[in-house]
Amino acid sequence: MQKLENKEMLNQLRDENKERMDNSKCRVLICAGTGCLASGSGEIYEKISELIGENPDVEVHFGPEIAHGDGPMEVKKSGCHGFCEMGPLMRIEPLGVLYTKVKLEDCEEIFEKTIKNGEIVERLIYSQNGVQYPKQEEIPFYKKQTRLVLENCGRIDAEFIGEACAHDGYQAFAKALFEMTPAEVVDEILESNLRGRGGGGFQTGYKWKQVARQEEKIRYVVCNGDEGDPGAFMDRSIMEGDPHKMIEGMMIAAYAVGAQEGYIYVRAEYPLAISRLKKAIQDAEAAGLLGDNILGTDFSFRLHINRGAGAFVCGEGSALTASIEGNRGMPRVKPPRTVEKGLFEKPTVLNNVETYANVPMIILKGAQWYKGIGAENSPGTKAFAITGSVKNTGLIEVPMGTTLREVIFDIGGGIKGDAEFKAVQIGGPSGGCLMTPQLDVSLDFDSLKKLGAMIGSGGLVVMDNNTCMVEVARFFMNFTQNESCGKCVPCREGTKRMLEILERIVAGQGKVEDLDLLEELATMITDTALCGLGKSAALPVMSTLKMFRDEYLEHVVDKKCKTGTCTALRSYVIDPEKCKGCSKCARNCPVGAISGQIKEPFTIDSSVCIKCGACESACPFGAISVEN
Amino acid sequence: MLDKSYYEKTDEIIAVYGAKPASLIPIIQDIQSEYRYLPAELLVYVAKKIGITESKAYSVATFYENFSFEPKGKYVIKVCDGTACHVRKSIPILERLHKDLGLSKDKVTTDDMLFTLETVSCLGACGLAPVLTVNDKVFPSMTPDAASQLIRDLREGKVEL
Repeated sequence: MQKLENKEMLNQLRDENKERMDNSKCRVLICAGTGCLASGSGEIYEKISELIGENPDVEVHFGPEIAHGDGPMEVKKSGCHGFCEMGPLMRIEPLGVLYTKVKLEDCEEIFEKTIKNGEIVERLIYSQNGVQYPKQEEIPFYKKQTRLVLENCGRIDAEFIGEACAHDGYQAFAKALFEMTPAEVVDEILESNLRGRGGGGFQTGYKWKQVARQEEKIRYVVCNGDEGDPGAFMDRSIMEGDPHKMIEGMMIAAYAVGAQEGYIYVRAEYPLAISRLKKAIQDAEAAGLLGDNILGTDFSFRLHINRGAGAFVCGEGSALTASIEGNRGMPRVKPPRTVEKGLFEKPTVLNNVETYANVPMIILKGAQWYKGIGAENSPGTKAFAITGSVKNTGLIEVPMGTTLREVIFDIGGGIKGDAEFKAVQIGGPSGGCLMTPQLDVSLDFDSLKKLGAMIGSGGLVVMDNNTCMVEVARFFMNFTQNESCGKCVPCREGTKRMLEILERIVAGQGKVEDLDLLEELATMITDTALCGLGKSAALPVMSTLKMFRDEYLEHVVDKKCKTGTCTALRSYVIDPEKCKGCSKCARNCPVGAISGQIKEPFTIDSSVCIKCGACESACPFGAISVEN
Repeated sequence: MLDKSYYEKTDEIIAVYGAKPASLIPIIQDIQSEYRYLPAELLVYVAKKIGITESKAYSVATFYENFSFEPKGKYVIKVCDGTACHVRKSIPILERLHKDLGLSKDKVTTDDMLFTLETVSCLGACGLAPVLTVNDKVFPSMTPDAASQLIRDLREGKVEL
C-alpha cells in the first residue's frame, strides 16, 4: 500500500477503487459476519471463489437493461447484511439480488444461472406471505429501513481499505483536517445534536467541547466497544462490517479535541470484530491515515485495541478506563468526570462505536442535513438488534421516532409461529418492558424515558405469550447480580436480596408482601447506587411489576405459572380418557407420586410430585401433560 | 515448578506489550489463550516483571471472569444464555450437556480434560439463537439433541474447529 501524502492521493485512491468496483462484470458479496459464518458462509465463499477462479474469462449476459462493466468478476466477504435469520446471505451486483439460506450445493447453479446469465434461482430468493422478492431493496425487512450508519455493511469488503475509500471513507476526516478548524468541528457536532448511542443519550458535541477546553494538553479518545447488553449486537456488526467508518469518527474526534492517542475497548467475546479492527488499523497505518504527519499535515494520531476480559461493568465509562489502565474495572465516584480526568487521569472523549460511526456523515453533509433525519431532539437514525420471538431476527437501522409497531411487525415480520405478542424488552438489563398499548410510541431518547424504559444500546427482545415475565425479571436480576462489581453496598447487597426474592417467587415460595419488598429495594438501589449499572439494575423488575402485576400475583397467590415456564409451579395431570393403565409412569416416577390399578386410569399425588417430568416423557400414549 | 519454556513464552508475550503496569491485562490474556488457563506461577512472574505487587495482579486476575487458574479442557464449550437465547430456550441445552458430560455448575471440566462447559451472557449472535461456541466457533440454532450429537462428533474428532 502506498502512503498517502496529501488529499489528492486520498481522492485518487477513492476514484481508482470506485472505477474498479463500477467496472467489474459482477460482484458477489457473501456475508461474513459472525452469524452467517456460523451458518456456513465461509465454505460458500471458498466455493464461489473457486468457480470464478476456474472461469476468469467467462462472458456474462445480464441483458441490455442491467448495465455492467467489462472488468473481472469479484467475490467479496462483506460485513453483516443484518438479515441474520435468513443466512447465509449472498448479494449479487449489479443485479441487486439477495439470496437467502444459501447452501454449498447451490453454488454451481448460482454460478451457471445468475452470475453468467442474470437468471434468478427462485428457491433462494426471499418470500413473505406468498410474494417473492428477488431484489434486496424490495424486501419488507429492508424497505422500511434507513441505512446510514450501516450503509456499507454488506456492500463492501470489510477487510479492504480501498473499498471503504470508494464509499467516501476518510473524506469527512480530510474535510475536517483541511477545511475546518478543530473548534469548527466541535461546533458542527454540537449543532447536529448527535446524542450518544450507548444508552444515556448524552450530547456528543458537549463532551468534545469540554475536553477541548481543558488546560491539560495530553488528551485521549476512547471508543467503547464493550457491547455487553445481552441481545444487542449492532456495535459488533459495525466493527465487523465497516470498521473504517468508526475509526474515521475517532480520528475526527481526535482532531477536534487535540488528542494524539486513541483506544478501542472491545469485548473478548467478539473475536472477529477484533481481528477486522486490527486489519483496518494496520491498513490505515500503511496508508498514512494513522501515525505521524497524517496526509502530510502536522496532525498525528495512533490507535490501540484493548480486549475486554469478561466484565459487563466495564461498559461504564470510569470502569472502562480503569480496565485499560490495567486495573480492576470498577466505577469511581464522579466528579471528576471522564472529560476532565479520564484515561490515565487525562481529559478523555469516550463514545461508543455507533456514535463515532455517525460522525463522518455529519461532517461531510452538515449538521442541518443530519437534523432533518429522525425525531425532534433525537436526530439521526438508530440501529436496533431485533431478536427473540419474532419472524425476522437481525440488525436494522431506522430513523429515530419510528414506532415499535413498525419495527416489530413491518420490519420484523411479526411474531414467530402462532403465538401472540406479549411484550418487548428494550434496553437490555438496564431497560424495561413495553406492551401492546405502547406499540405506537416513538422510539427516541425522551419518549422512552417517560415510560420508564430506555433505548439503551438498542437491543429489542420480543416476547410472545409463552414467556413468563416473572422469570424474565429473575433472569435480568441474575445477570446484573452476577455482574455487580461489588464496590458499593446498594448494588452488591440489594441486587442479591432482590434476586433471592425473585428466585423464591419462581420456586413457588413467594408471599404477597414480597412484591412490596421488591419495590422498596428497587427504589433504594436506584436512588443510592454508585454507577449506571446499579442505578438501572432494578428497572426490569420495576417495569414488569408495573405492567404484569397480575402475573406476579398469580405466582405468589395461586402458585401458578400459566406459561408453564416455572418448573416448580407446574402441575402434571393424567388424562383418564387417554390413560390405558399400563403403569409405566408409576414405574418411572422417582418419588412414588403415581398410583393406580392396572388397566384403570392412574393418578398423580401433586403433594408428593417433584415436577421432574419423567412421567410425561415415559407415557407411550401422551396421556400426561402440564395442566394450564 | 513450571517448565522453563513457560517463562520463555511469557517473556516473549511481555515484550510484545511492554513491561509496564498497564500491560497486565493483555499479557495475561495472551498467556491464558496460549495455555487455556492462567498458571498462578506465571501471574507472579508477570507482576514482578512489570513492576506491580502480587496482590494487585491477583486482584485483577480474579476480578475478570475470563481468567481461570484451573486448567481447562481441550474443548471449551460456552452455552449462550443471553436474553435472546434464553427466550429461545437455551437452558434445556445446558441441562442436556450437564447430563451428557456428567458436569454441573460447580464441576465444569471433565476428568479426562476433554471438555469444559461454561455459560456466557451474550455472544452477539442473537439472530441465530440459541447458540453455543466450541473454542470460539459458533454453532447456531441449537437444540438439546443437536448438542448431544455435537458432543459425540467432537469425541470422534468429526468436527473441524
